[in-house]
Amino acid sequence: MSLPVRKFDAVVVGAGGAGLRAALQLSEAGLKTAVLSKVFPTRSHTVAAQGGIGASLGNMGEDSWLWHMYDTIKGSDYLGDQDAIEFMCRMAPQAVYELEHFGMPFDRNDDGSVYQRPFGGHSQNFGERPVQRSCCAADRTGHAMLHTLYQRNVRANTLFFVEWMALDLIRDASGQVLGVTAMEMETGEVWIFHARATLFATGGAGRIYAASTNAFINTGDGLGMAARAGIPLEDMEFWQFHPTGVAGAGVLITEGVRGEGGYLLNKNGERFMERYAPTMKDLASRDVVSRAMATEIKEGRGAGKEADHILLKLDHLGAEVIEKRLPGIREIARKFANVDPVKDPIPVVPTCHYQMGGIPTNYHGEVVVPRGGEHAAVVPGFYAAGECGCASVHGANRLGTNSLTDLLVFGRASGESVIRYLRENPGHKDLPGDAADLSRARLARLDGQAGGESVHEVGAEMRRTMQAHCGVFRFPDMLAEGVRRMQQVAARAARTGIADKSRTFNTARIEALELDNLVEVAMATMVSADARHESRGAHDRSDCPKRDDVNWLKHSLWYKDGSRLAYKPVNLTPLTAQTFEPKVRAY
Amino acid sequence: MRFSVYRYDPDKDSKPYMKDYEVALEPSDRMLLDALVRIKALDDSLSLRRSCREGVCGSDAMNINGRNGLACITRLADLKEPVELRPLPGLPVIRDLVVDMSQFFKQYHSIKPYLQNTAPAPEKERLQSPAEREELDGLYECILCACCSTSCPSFWWNPDKFVGPAGLLAAYRFIADTRDQATSERLDDLEDPYRLFRCHSIMNCVDVCPKGLNPTRAIGRIKELMVKRMV
Amino acid sequence: MVKRVVVGAHYGLRDWLVQRVTAVVMATYSVLMLGIVLFQRPGNYGLWKGLFVQQWMRLASLLFLLSVFWHAWVGVRDILMDYVKPAGVRLVLQVGVILLLVAYSLWSIQILWSIA
Repeated sequence: MSLPVRKFDAVVVGAGGAGLRAALQLSEAGLKTAVLSKVFPTRSHTVAAQGGIGASLGNMGEDSWLWHMYDTIKGSDYLGDQDAIEFMCRMAPQAVYELEHFGMPFDRNDDGSVYQRPFGGHSQNFGERPVQRSCCAADRTGHAMLHTLYQRNVRANTLFFVEWMALDLIRDASGQVLGVTAMEMETGEVWIFHARATLFATGGAGRIYAASTNAFINTGDGLGMAARAGIPLEDMEFWQFHPTGVAGAGVLITEGVRGEGGYLLNKNGERFMERYAPTMKDLASRDVVSRAMATEIKEGRGAGKEADHILLKLDHLGAEVIEKRLPGIREIARKFANVDPVKDPIPVVPTCHYQMGGIPTNYHGEVVVPRGGEHAAVVPGFYAAGECGCASVHGANRLGTNSLTDLLVFGRASGESVIRYLRENPGHKDLPGDAADLSRARLARLDGQAGGESVHEVGAEMRRTMQAHCGVFRFPDMLAEGVRRMQQVAARAARTGIADKSRTFNTARIEALELDNLVEVAMATMVSADARHESRGAHDRSDCPKRDDVNWLKHSLWYKDGSRLAYKPVNLTPLTAQTFEPKVRAY
Repeated sequence: MRFSVYRYDPDKDSKPYMKDYEVALEPSDRMLLDALVRIKALDDSLSLRRSCREGVCGSDAMNINGRNGLACITRLADLKEPVELRPLPGLPVIRDLVVDMSQFFKQYHSIKPYLQNTAPAPEKERLQSPAEREELDGLYECILCACCSTSCPSFWWNPDKFVGPAGLLAAYRFIADTRDQATSERLDDLEDPYRLFRCHSIMNCVDVCPKGLNPTRAIGRIKELMVKRMV
Repeated sequence: MVKRVVVGAHYGLRDWLVQRVTAVVMATYSVLMLGIVLFQRPGNYGLWKGLFVQQWMRLASLLFLLSVFWHAWVGVRDILMDYVKPAGVRLVLQVGVILLLVAYSLWSIQILWSIA
C-alpha cells in the first residue's frame, strides 16, 4: 500500500518566525507552497520571545553592522562562520524595516523611530561600552513579530496545513530531497508531500532538558527527520542556558530586564557580575552570566532556603518603566514566582533555552554536508532556517536578540534560495519506491506494540540524564556516563508503546513520534559534548577549562549512523569585512 | 487532587462522558496544566492542546469549572474540587478537550487582519509617535486562544455571522494603527447587523480574557468611529 | 444542503444609535413622571386629566411612546434574528411586528388627543 500524494513546488515545515518569513517570500512569488505546522502558526514558540530583534539601526546613538558582527563573532566564541554572520548583521536593519512595514507594533522614540534597548553582549566600537540595539515591542517582541508575519501570510494567501506533523524526510538514491511524509493530527491520515524544494523551519529541541524555557512542541522534529535521513547535525554540544529562567518554573525572564537596568544579586546582596565581567557586568553574554550564576550557587552564595537560585532585582526601575517596557515580565513573575517585581526581586536560575547547533547550512539557507573532498556540498532541494538550522551565526553561544534576527534574515534568504532553485530546476523528480517506508514502519510499530516502554517515563529519563550530565558545567566522567545512559534511553525509545490507538487527534502517538526526534537530538548533544575536549562558549568542561583554537576551532558533525562524528573548519573569511581573528574573550 | 474531565473519542465513544481522575501532585505543580500533564502520564488517551505553558501561545484554552481560561496560568490552589474540565463551549468537539477552531479563525481572517497601506514604503521605518503607538496597547497582545468568543452568547448563536470579540479586537487593532489606511473600508465591512452589532455588551469576553484585554471597549471604539463618521 | 452565509447588509449603526437615543428619551420621561408623582401628587382623576390635557405633556408622552415602540422594534428584531432562522418566516414576523407597532403608535395618538 502506498500513501496518497500531494504535489507542491515547495513545502515549508514549521510556521514559526523563520517558516512564516520564508513562506511569505514563496507565496508572494506565486509558487505553490504548502506550510505544515504541528500547531496553529501563532502558537509556534517564536511567540515566547521577549526582548527584541538585534539590528544596528542606530536610532539611539551611533551603531554599525560591523560592530554587531564583531559582537556576534565574539559572542560565538569565534565558532561562528564569519560569512554568515556578516550577512546576517548587514541584512538585519532591512529585515527590521520590512517587518515594521508589515505592521509590527514596535515601541517608539519621541521622534517616531523604533525604540531600541541595550542587550547582553551588544556593544559600541568593538566592545567599548553597551549599545542600544534591540528593537522591541515591550517584552512581547516575539509575539508581536509572529502575529505580524502570520497576518502578512494571510494577506499573501499562504496555504497552511495546520496541525499536520511532518514525520520523515524523503530522499532519493542520489541524496536529493523530494519532500516529506506528514500526518494530519485530526484524522491520523498520512500523506506524502511531494515537493521540488523542502524547507525546514522546525525550531529547536530544548525539551531534551528537564529545566527548559522551551514550549512542549520544541521537540527537534526537523533535526530528527534530517538525522534519520543521513544528514549530520552540526555543533549540537552547544546549548544556551539562559541566565534568567524563573526558578522552579523554567519560564523565561527576558534579558531585556537587565537591558533596562535590572541586575543580579547573590544571597549577600552583592552585584556579583561586576567581579566576572567588569565592563559589561550583567550585560555580558549569556554563557558568561549563566556560568557566573552557577558558580555563585555552587560556592554557596545562592539565595533562598536551599541557596539554589539568584535574585534578579528590578524594583529600582520604578513601576512606570516596568509597566511600560516589561509588562509581560511583571505578569509572569506574579503568576510563576509569586513576587511583584515592582517590590521584590525575581528568583532565577540558568535554564536551557536555545540550541546553537542544528542542520548544517550555508548563509543562503541551503543544507550542506561533507561529500567527496568538499566539506560543504549542497544537498539539492533541501533548506533549513531558524533555530533548526546552523549557518552558523551563533557558534558556541548566541547573543540575545540574534535569534529573531536569524529567523527574519535566514527565513527570507532561504525563501529566496528556494525561488532561485525552482526557477533553475523545473519539474518534479519521481519519488523513490521506498519514499514512505520509514514513516509507515514507525507508525506500524507504534500501532502494533503491545506493552512497551512508557513514552512519559523514557522522556523523563532522557531529560534527567541531559540535565545531570550535560548542563552548564560538564565533567568528563559524567559525559562518558551520559553517553552510556543515552544509549539505554535510545534503546528504550525504540520500544515505546502507547495505550491509545485511536485515529482521531491522538496526542499519545504524537508524543511518541516526538520522543524519537528528541532522542536523536539528545544523543547528538551528548556524543558531541563528550568528544569536544575544550571549553568554548556554552560548552564548559572541567578537564579542559580553556578554549583550544589549535585543535578545536572546528564544527562538530554528528551522524546518526553509528553515532559517528566528523568535523569541518570554521569559516573565518567574511564576505567583505576583515577577518576577526580569535582573541581572548573578556566582557 | 480530584478532576472530572470531559471525554469523547468519536472513534470509540457513541457519546461524551465525564471521567474522574485522582492525581497526586508534587509541590512543583502549581498550574492546572501541570496536573493535566500528570493525568496524561497516567492515561495517555486524554487529548488536549498545549505548548508554551506560560500563557502566550493560546493553545490550552478550556472550560475550567464553568469558566473559560488557559490551563497553564490557572492556579490549582484557586480551583474548587473536583475540578470540572470541558472543551471550549460553542465549537464542535474533535476529541476530549480539543475543539475545531475553524469558525473562530474564519471570523478572525474575515476582518483582513493585516496592515493595509498602499503608499510606497519609506527607506526606513514608518514613523509613529509614542502616543500613536500607545493606541495599540491592549489590542495587539491578543493570543487568539478563543476564550472570549466561546464565552459570548452572541457568538454561540451566530458563529458564522458575528465576528466575535477576538476578531473585533483585531479589527480595531488595525483601525487604531496610524499606519493603516483602510479605516473606512474596515468600518464599511463591519457596519452590519450581524458582524458587529450582534455585540450586546454582555462583557463575558472581558471577564474571561486571560490576558486582561477588553474587547468590549474596542467594539465601543469602533461604534464611536462609525457615529463620528456619520454625523 | 448548501448553507450559504450572507452578511454585509451594511446597516446597524443607525439602529444601534436609535436604541441609545430612545433610551435617553424614555429615561428622561420616566424621571419627569417620577418627579410629577412625587412633588405634585396627582391623587385623583381630575388632577391626572389636568396634567394630560396640556399640549406639552401630550407631546412628551407621544415622544416617549414612540421611543418605546422604536426601541422595541430594534430589540424584537434582534430576537427574531437570533431565534427564527428561516428567512421567510422571519420576514413575516418582522412585518407583523412593524404593523403592530405602527398601529400602536396611531392608537397612542388617538388616546392622548382624546382626553378632553
